[in-house]
Amino acid sequence: MKLLNKSLFWLSASVFIIIGVWSLVFYFNLLAEIKESVDEKLDNYKRQIIYQAEKDSSLLLKSSFNESFFVIREIDFNKAISHKDRYKDTLMYMQDADDTVLELEPVRMLSTAFQTKDNSYELQIINSMVEEDDLLEELLRDVIALYLILIASIIIINNVVLRRLWKPFYSILIQLKNYRIGYSKSFPEAFTDTKEFMDLQNAVNILLKHNTETYNQQKQFIENASHELQTPLAIVTNKLELLIEKGNFQNHQAEDISEIMIIIDRLTRLNKSLLLLTKIENKQFLDNKTVSFNEVVHQIIGDLEEIAAFKNVIISVSGKSGLTVEMDISLAHILISNLLRNAIFHNVSNGRVEIELSDNGIQLKNTGSNVPLDSGKIFSRFYKQDKVQNNTGLGLAIVKAICDLYGFTITYRNGQDMHCFEIHVR
Amino acid sequence: MKILIVEDEKGLRESIAASLSKEHFVIETASDFHSATEKIEDYDYDCILLDIMLPNGSGLQILENLKTAGKSGNVIIISAKDSLDDKLKGLELGADDYLTKPFHLAELNARVKAVLRRNKFDGKNTIEIANVILDLKERSFLVNQENIPLNRKEFDILNYFLLNINRLVTRTALAEHVWGDHIDQADNFDFIYYQIKNLRKKLQNANADIEIEAIYGIGYRLIKK
Repeated sequence: MKLLNKSLFWLSASVFIIIGVWSLVFYFNLLAEIKESVDEKLDNYKRQIIYQAEKDSSLLLKSSFNESFFVIREIDFNKAISHKDRYKDTLMYMQDADDTVLELEPVRMLSTAFQTKDNSYELQIINSMVEEDDLLEELLRDVIALYLILIASIIIINNVVLRRLWKPFYSILIQLKNYRIGYSKSFPEAFTDTKEFMDLQNAVNILLKHNTETYNQQKQFIENASHELQTPLAIVTNKLELLIEKGNFQNHQAEDISEIMIIIDRLTRLNKSLLLLTKIENKQFLDNKTVSFNEVVHQIIGDLEEIAAFKNVIISVSGKSGLTVEMDISLAHILISNLLRNAIFHNVSNGRVEIELSDNGIQLKNTGSNVPLDSGKIFSRFYKQDKVQNNTGLGLAIVKAICDLYGFTITYRNGQDMHCFEIHVR
Repeated sequence: MKILIVEDEKGLRESIAASLSKEHFVIETASDFHSATEKIEDYDYDCILLDIMLPNGSGLQILENLKTAGKSGNVIIISAKDSLDDKLKGLELGADDYLTKPFHLAELNARVKAVLRRNKFDGKNTIEIANVILDLKERSFLVNQENIPLNRKEFDILNYFLLNINRLVTRTALAEHVWGDHIDQADNFDFIYYQIKNLRKKLQNANADIEIEAIYGIGYRLIKK
């Protein structure tokens, strides 16, 4: 999830809660405020009615709410003395503008008492109250509108402000993505005065510096290890060759020596393959040039045509494409030749190898054993399906490492009696 | 022909010297940067085998010194560093070839002879032995002036044998020469055997005065009849 979306999510959630709580408080406060103002109005009416009643005694005869908003009833004096002003919420049948029949409507009622020269009266005044569900509905609508406006604002602010604020971060991120240890000359720079990003830049640069040192040491170590291993191998190979040249062996001695030679040879190849693999994984091949797969394939087929003929394997190429890839030319050769050699060596007599070039990759199909290979394991180091002693078990690991280096995908599948390796370069 | 071997590892230096002296070259050796520099300053060599990693100096520096002194190259770098950087730098500085350790003596022998041949005979590049001529430029093979067609691998193998005439060439050396570097499959002796069988047949049918003999099942040797 992107940072922008994450912050949007959390802001929306918290704004939702805040607005929810605020609406509740607002609703009750509003209700209380309305009551208070209605009560004041009732109190005002009371004084006016009492004042009018003194002048116009006919008012004192209004004993029902039918056409007005107050009633006056005569009560006895004692009751009037003890009568205090009382406000209460009650319901009354009324016909509002929006109603067709009488409905129970909420009203606020003030009951009070007053005296004229002769009598004591009880006065009840009503005022229609706001309908709570109407208020609630209105409020909900407004709150939702407010919420939407807030979210829209947050999105805009997020996109404009946050994007601008985080710009140095994304800039440093892109530089880091493109950074190649041992190859990039300059460290990523944030171009900012934001303290956090400056700290990030410093931390990253210290880490990179340390890694570059380690990388150089490792590179040095690999080279040294190679030197240390290759030289004894060279000595033992050459001494043995001189020994054989001296001659005078009996057949069984010669056989032993032959076996030793083959084992040394295997050791040598193993060492070379391991070194190659380490170098690829350490990204020490980045002498990228535009390589035409078509050309590489035909060159390698040329190199291998005699062995293919010897093994009675027919190689065919279809789909001439102008597929070009930016990669190290020697790695392109190793990639294709490892796959093609496998296809030839693990074939059957009178078998076929079919190479298909397309605009986004290459596919090698070959006849071979009926048993499908374990696609989960074939690319791991030292995995040998058939336990062939002379195989280093690194050929496909090297292929995979090269694909990984350049972001190609390689897949294996088995179908129609053919083993199929497919590389997608884009 | 005088050859200087600059190599710090005693065992290797001795083996190379022993192998090359069988070819009747005059061999001198140097085991470190200083003695190599001295020898190169004082004498001229037809070929120098140069290790890159030397005690108290780099072989690349020696190459540079050679270049500034205007001495002819014929330098073959023999290095355990199979690093592209060094290879390119070495060839840029005038080295003629680059051989990665470990190598087979037959391979070294072939490279030395190829370098000497390349730089001695201008234009023409043929190997002539008995009644056979191998033309490296035209990639043709003549026996008694008659062209014998060879496939590419047969040609390479014959070339390798002719550069190593009278010397034992092991099957592993042959396989590596034919297959090049970065091979994963070594079960290709069958193929080598098959190629050699064909080559022998062709030599015999053409009445060539050379033949390839098998040695103990370890390797082969090309000899004059």
